[in-house]
Amino acid sequence: MQLFVFICAGAMILAGAIGVVTRSHPVHAALSLILTLFGVAVLYVAQEAQFLAAVQIIVYAGAIVVLFLFVIMLLGVDSIEDLRIEPFKLQRKFAAVVGGGVIGLVTIAAISSRDNIGLVKPTPSDAVGAVGTLDPHDSNIRRLARDLFSDHVLAFELTSVLLVIAVVGTVVLARRAPKSVSEETA
Amino acid sequence: MLDVVWLIPALPLAGFAIILVFGRRLGDPKAGYLATLMCGGSFVVAVGAFFDLLSKSADERQHVVKVFSWVPVGSLKVDLAFLADPLSITMCLFVTGVGALIHLYAIGYMHGDPRFSKFFLYLNLFAVSMLVLVLGENMLVTFLGWEGVGTCSYLLISFWHERESAATAGKKAFVTNRVGDWGFMLAMFFAFQATGTLSYIGVNAAAQTMAQTTATAIALFAFIGACGKSAQLPLYLWLPDAMEGPTPVSALIHAATMVTAGVFLMCRISPVLNAASSYAPNLIAIIGVATALFAATIAVAQNDIKKVLAYSTISQLGYMFLAVGSGAYTAAIFHMITHAFFKALLFLGSGAVIHGMHNEQDMRRMGALRKLMPITAFTFIIGWLAIAGVPPFAGFWSKDDILLAAYDKSPVLWALGLITALLTAYYMTRQVIMVFYGEARWHDHADEHGAHGDLQPHESPPIMLMPLVVLAGLAIVGGVINLPFSHTTERLASWLEPVLGVHDSNTAKVPLAVIATAIALIGIAASVLVYAKHRVKPIEPEVLAKAWYVDSTVSKFMGGPGRETFDAVAWYDATIIDGAVNGVGRLVRSTGQRIRTVQSGNVRNYAAAIGVGVVLLLAWFVVVRGNL
Amino acid sequence: MTASVAIPTTTWYLILAAVLFGVGTVGVLVRRNPLIMLMCVELMLNAVNLTFVALARKLGDDIGGQTTVFFVLVVAAAEVVVGLGIIVAILRRKPNATADDLAELKG
Repeated sequence: MQLFVFICAGAMILAGAIGVVTRSHPVHAALSLILTLFGVAVLYVAQEAQFLAAVQIIVYAGAIVVLFLFVIMLLGVDSIEDLRIEPFKLQRKFAAVVGGGVIGLVTIAAISSRDNIGLVKPTPSDAVGAVGTLDPHDSNIRRLARDLFSDHVLAFELTSVLLVIAVVGTVVLARRAPKSVSEETA
Repeated sequence: MLDVVWLIPALPLAGFAIILVFGRRLGDPKAGYLATLMCGGSFVVAVGAFFDLLSKSADERQHVVKVFSWVPVGSLKVDLAFLADPLSITMCLFVTGVGALIHLYAIGYMHGDPRFSKFFLYLNLFAVSMLVLVLGENMLVTFLGWEGVGTCSYLLISFWHERESAATAGKKAFVTNRVGDWGFMLAMFFAFQATGTLSYIGVNAAAQTMAQTTATAIALFAFIGACGKSAQLPLYLWLPDAMEGPTPVSALIHAATMVTAGVFLMCRISPVLNAASSYAPNLIAIIGVATALFAATIAVAQNDIKKVLAYSTISQLGYMFLAVGSGAYTAAIFHMITHAFFKALLFLGSGAVIHGMHNEQDMRRMGALRKLMPITAFTFIIGWLAIAGVPPFAGFWSKDDILLAAYDKSPVLWALGLITALLTAYYMTRQVIMVFYGEARWHDHADEHGAHGDLQPHESPPIMLMPLVVLAGLAIVGGVINLPFSHTTERLASWLEPVLGVHDSNTAKVPLAVIATAIALIGIAASVLVYAKHRVKPIEPEVLAKAWYVDSTVSKFMGGPGRETFDAVAWYDATIIDGAVNGVGRLVRSTGQRIRTVQSGNVRNYAAAIGVGVVLLLAWFVVVRGNL
Repeated sequence: MTASVAIPTTTWYLILAAVLFGVGTVGVLVRRNPLIMLMCVELMLNAVNLTFVALARKLGDDIGGQTTVFFVLVVAAAEVVVGLGIIVAILRRKPNATADDLAELKG
């Protein structure tokens, strides 16, 4: 059963990824991205990260890709890009080398260390004021929440600041230039 | 007082700074009085230091005052420090004493000059440099003062720089000095390499143990520097031309103080010179006596009142080097002191004559000035007797000490020194007669100087006469400091003994003294016969008047083959050396241009580069650090 | 049923994530449309997230891996927001610009 799930999800992921890279129409590419994101969400569930799977669907597929589509529609950049044009002659060769290299090397690393994963365990951090102990039988969301709000609360706060900054910054970046003063006094 | 020995150069430095800022406001004569006061203050401090040293026992007379650590670089540790020992304090005493008198004189002499304050600015700067030179605890501080006096000499010689001859003379002095400086620098390098220190105490202490060739090298290169500064053969050419400067400058720098710096240096490193192989002091003595004789022959035929004294200075400096080469350092210092007295006196006197004759310097147009300038004449005559070596004036005792040491070394040197003494007496008598006696030859040329009607030579104002009188007194009694009669009267020798060592002689002193006196009197008599009584025709051949044609030969060489060599060197510098440096710049720029193409501005290229880097990094981790 | 069918091990997940990462990298390098380049970056981030989650499960139920994924998600969202804002600002002026046309920082 697990094998079947894995193969299906894997196929979704790879199909979507290849689609993003090869489709010339931006809207098609966005839709392929959604396919990939769904596949990843399925695999999260298989790895018992149910909360993350939910968040993945809601945030990534539901917000980020929607944002992409908004921009595509807003700017009207849905013109089709010709994939046969490549101004730099070496670029595709470099891409092949880089892609192949990354995949190959990480695969080799993963295979050669498959018996050693987990030998060096990260030490559980001595969180000051840890909220109870992490009970492996708690639900995923409870465990995640305990960890987030005790060990990583500072990062959490900073991330919220980051979000505010991102939003404000983007608004400033993307707004149209203000009208000149003379027009206002006229 | 010994702890504040740094005040000795600091006071004239303060004077320099004050005149630098307020000089124009102070003006004539306040700037002059300020400069004199500073020099006089240094004299007072030097006297205090002298008595302080006296109160110590002979072994302890060596006090070092460190002002700050100047060059602490690796193994080279040089401090700006002053060494107060008998030799340096002696030098300080007469430099500041005679210097203060000359400052006072200059207030009167330079009165009316539009650049009055600047003159005293330079004079004080010179005083600072000379005192730093003399008080230096190590060769680098001395070199600092050495260069300083060279610079001030240049500034003061060309003080009236609108006159082209003065500007050229200043340049000539500076360039010739620089040749000598090369020698001094090499001596410093050798000293540091051999002993690891530049301090005199260290170098002199190491003199016993260093290799003889090293000691010889240090001594000879230092002597080259001394030749440049003290105008010995062949680097003497600048001194006669330096008479273009105002007379107080000639008196202070080119008679009493700066030119003695070379002799001082050789005495300072006397332990090294003693440790050198014998041909070093031989060479020094030979060059000294050769210079003395050479310059004396030229002085016989000079007609400019200051040029006679200039060649006379070169000659007397030759005597001092003769003493140094013979190992009689105390005699050299003794002659330096008495020479400072009478030569400064003679120069200041000649300045008074020039001043009173409305800037006439040619002796052929003077004469019979004795009645019109009595005090000037009287003091000048005392100076004359001192330099001619007539007892009991100061010059006799010091010259006698030198001749004695020369006799001990070699009778030939003694004979040459004696001939020089004869010539010295001869030409100085000639000068006195031409200027102060005989008929008045100046009525004829009165109109050339813008004087109205007949030239009225007059006595100088008291401010100029007072230093003359003081110096005359010193020239009379100066010999007292080192009378050769017994050990107690040889005060200077015993005072300088811890520094300069002892030079005993077994030769009978009295016969030599009698011979020397006789020679002096013969010289005077001969000159009287020629110039006063006109019994014998004067022998003033052209070759002597033109100083053996040395100057013109040098100029011809420099203009001809010399210039071609220099042009070649300049071409080499501009093309090859500069070309190499510029070439490096060009190389960097062209490489930069080529590397610049990497910055294409294109994000995808950058991404590709990053990607390749990532792959390489991963490969390293997997291959090198993985357990394959 | 006997366990004769293979169970996907962590290694399989890692290799899958590696492939996804590689595809994303190739996409960034090859595509010229800025929006699609940004999408390919999202692919790469997802690959990393998958790795974290797989290893979190393997290393004795250490929840730190999932927390990391959480943060990556948030920051990716912020990054997309800013990136799209920039693209909007640029493409407003040059409607059909590709990544190659935006080379003003050429040295």
